[in-house]
Amino acid sequence: MENIALSLRNVTKRFGSVIANKDVSMDIRKGEILALLGENGSGKTTLMNMLSGIYYPDGGHIELEGERVNIRDPRDAFALGIGMVHQHFKLVDTFTAAENLIIGLDPNKKLDRREIAASIKEICDRYGFIVDPDKKVYEMSVSEKQTLEIVKVLYRGANILILDEPTAVLTPQETEKLFAVIRNMKKDNKTVIIITHKLNEVLEISDRVAILRKGEYIDTVPTAEATAASLTEMMVGEKVDLNIERSEVKDKYVRLAVSHLSCIDEDGIKKLDDVSFEAYSGEILGIAGVSGNGQKELLEAIAGLQPALSGSSVIFTNQEGVDNQLIGKSPSKIRNLGVHLSFVPEDRLGMGLVGSMGMADNMMLKDYKKGHGIFTDRKSPRTLAKQVQDELQVVTPGISTPVSRLSGGNVQKVLVGREIAAAPSVLMTAYAVRGLDINTSYTIYQLLNEQKKKGVAVVYVGEDLDVLMELCDRILVLCGGKVSGILDGRTAKKEELGMLMTGRREAVDA
Amino acid sequence: MHNSREPWLRVAKRDGMSFPKRLAVRLGAVLISLLVCGIVIYAITGINPVEVYSTMVSGAFGTRTRLWSTLKEAALLSCIAIGLAPAFKMRFWNIGAEGQVLIGGMITAGCMIYLSALPAWLLFLCMFAGSVVAGAIWGLLPAVFKAKWNTNETLFTLMMNYVAIQLTSFFVAKWENPYGSNTVGIINQQGQEGWFPMIFSTRYFISLVLVLVLSVLMFIYLKYTKHGYEISVVGASENTARYAGMQVGKVTIRTMLLSGGICGLAGFMAVAGASHTISVSTAGGKGFTAIIVAWLAKFNSFTMLLISLLLAFLEGGAKEIASKCKLNDYASQMVTGIILFFILGSEFFINYRLVFRKSEKEGSGK
Repeated sequence: MENIALSLRNVTKRFGSVIANKDVSMDIRKGEILALLGENGSGKTTLMNMLSGIYYPDGGHIELEGERVNIRDPRDAFALGIGMVHQHFKLVDTFTAAENLIIGLDPNKKLDRREIAASIKEICDRYGFIVDPDKKVYEMSVSEKQTLEIVKVLYRGANILILDEPTAVLTPQETEKLFAVIRNMKKDNKTVIIITHKLNEVLEISDRVAILRKGEYIDTVPTAEATAASLTEMMVGEKVDLNIERSEVKDKYVRLAVSHLSCIDEDGIKKLDDVSFEAYSGEILGIAGVSGNGQKELLEAIAGLQPALSGSSVIFTNQEGVDNQLIGKSPSKIRNLGVHLSFVPEDRLGMGLVGSMGMADNMMLKDYKKGHGIFTDRKSPRTLAKQVQDELQVVTPGISTPVSRLSGGNVQKVLVGREIAAAPSVLMTAYAVRGLDINTSYTIYQLLNEQKKKGVAVVYVGEDLDVLMELCDRILVLCGGKVSGILDGRTAKKEELGMLMTGRREAVDA
Repeated sequence: MHNSREPWLRVAKRDGMSFPKRLAVRLGAVLISLLVCGIVIYAITGINPVEVYSTMVSGAFGTRTRLWSTLKEAALLSCIAIGLAPAFKMRFWNIGAEGQVLIGGMITAGCMIYLSALPAWLLFLCMFAGSVVAGAIWGLLPAVFKAKWNTNETLFTLMMNYVAIQLTSFFVAKWENPYGSNTVGIINQQGQEGWFPMIFSTRYFISLVLVLVLSVLMFIYLKYTKHGYEISVVGASENTARYAGMQVGKVTIRTMLLSGGICGLAGFMAVAGASHTISVSTAGGKGFTAIIVAWLAKFNSFTMLLISLLLAFLEGGAKEIASKCKLNDYASQMVTGIILFFILGSEFFINYRLVFRKSEKEGSGK
């Protein structure tokens, strides 16, 4: 066919005994937006890394416009007009946007800042980006960094752009902007491949959807003929119920009373500003907000990891009705008070778990002091690790395999499993399903619902508004460190949430 | 460009090797390194490599004195490495072992000079406690500054080395004996006060036993105790440690007290157990070599013993070659360098394998 941009022929990639891609053959058409859909660990990123020259296939080959090519490194890929924006940005923090743009290009060429700025402006105008060439990367927001990465790829003359989970770090508004840009690229006859597992985005933006499952290519279907249910079935290999259960709240009483909570960061900027709310036993309280509006600080302040300003108060009421003030206490002090507070932090491997340790050693992270005398108890963490592995079906070669080697979904299962095993009265989760596939996400929702039924006060910080509205009993919206509203999850409207998130206060509190 | 060929050589990750295979690779690396050393030495001196190795073996283990001298060197190196292990496991870059050893040695020498009138047990107690405390203080200072103000421990511990060197050089001038020699000379040569006693007709026996006991204790400490667990967690991520309710500053300070203390103890062994004198070169670069030992052994104290023994053997053997063939000391350092290169290089082959381009026929067969 004439309009094939890129073809993969029997491409196979192994890592040790793990087969990441097995005999994948597929075509990518010129000027199309192709969504590459698959569960976590299904080999989407590995496959695309072979197109961008990060990996070299162990078997099979790649054809560009019908001609066999060897892509040995990212330079080869750029020479062929293939550019990839990775999930973890590859930018030098202390360099400006313009400097990042030209890294690795012709070393003999003179550095002409005016020319670079002009090209940046030209690219931005054509596709609708905003980039300040002189801004340093460390001063940029996540969305700005992503824009810069895309401009970088375009600046190097890519005709085929691969975007790895581009919306995972964006707000709904930023996502819309990105999609507009992608549509402009399509108009300019660029080929765009988006790696994703968000079904609504696939349906919204793509022309065709290619599905991978467990490293194998399943099929490519036109988006117009696909539905969320049909795509899920192909992706998972079985029918999945996409409804999230929400039971009625029973025996509701105050577990956590937060009042006038304020805190500042190292630079003296207010991250939380007079936050007051109550979390009830047996309910899921959702916390919505644009990322970086105080969600992290709120949870960390409650957990004793973030110092609060004077006047702040967090009262924890246990089953017996005894009140404890948590502010001003360290995490170990809080635990010694008998407060069963579990916390699934946003940074799973950088805060919640130790990546270099196995499941067993990670199980005792919070109660390693329980052992006899100076020694740690090694038996009960192993038992717990095996139990979590069985109950949550954690895929790992063994409970002593470093958890950093597990896939994102399994890492999260280990973390959530441990926090739930601690029999909490309050369970706080930050972005519990970020980067997870559908099945694992639904496992997590189900686990949270089980805790809710047990009478646990669940605090769920989320980014997907659809999920927040389906899962949570009440939704608190944070904006600029302030509570801009608390809505009933059963009646909340997406528009209303969006307005509260961006700080317009017309909406009526529930 | 479009017709570029498949790369000639690629690096692919291995799935993890079985233990016997890993051992085989490492032993192979040692053998190849010995072969290369032989060739290099032959090329320079024209001596038969077999002869070279027998010279090395006899240089290191040939006589009773040489054997014990090699064991002493290995024990000293292990002791420092054991001291460094908890610090590096905590990712606290303690490159101040040199100074910690030296200050421990200096205090020991001071005790020997000023307290020689004390009963032997009390003198030893003073030397032991003094050296440990001195080393611990040298470790404590950078740790406190790191814990309170997040200063850079690499620079801090490095600078502490120079403080120790200057102090030692001051006391060497003060304790000079005989006058004008600019050295301290052998301390208490007459009465041997503060010297390790002869056991099995060697003075090094006690050092060896001390180090063996320390290595067992350190192995247990790092692997099975709550402190060891805290060290691992802090080393992996301070955020995780705080999340787990650990006091990062406290763990840092406690661990560096231990690390510095053991290094100070190594100074005690170097002075009271071996040289019976003190000079600015008492630590002799071992504080830095021990860093390699600790990392190569991945902080397993038993592996550290083996690596230390290998390095001590190389040094002893290479010195013998140097003196026999009238080469200078650099020749022995070269041999040590070649062998370390191969051992470190073998780690690459344990984690990765090389994939060569298949021949055209084979490649197009599929």
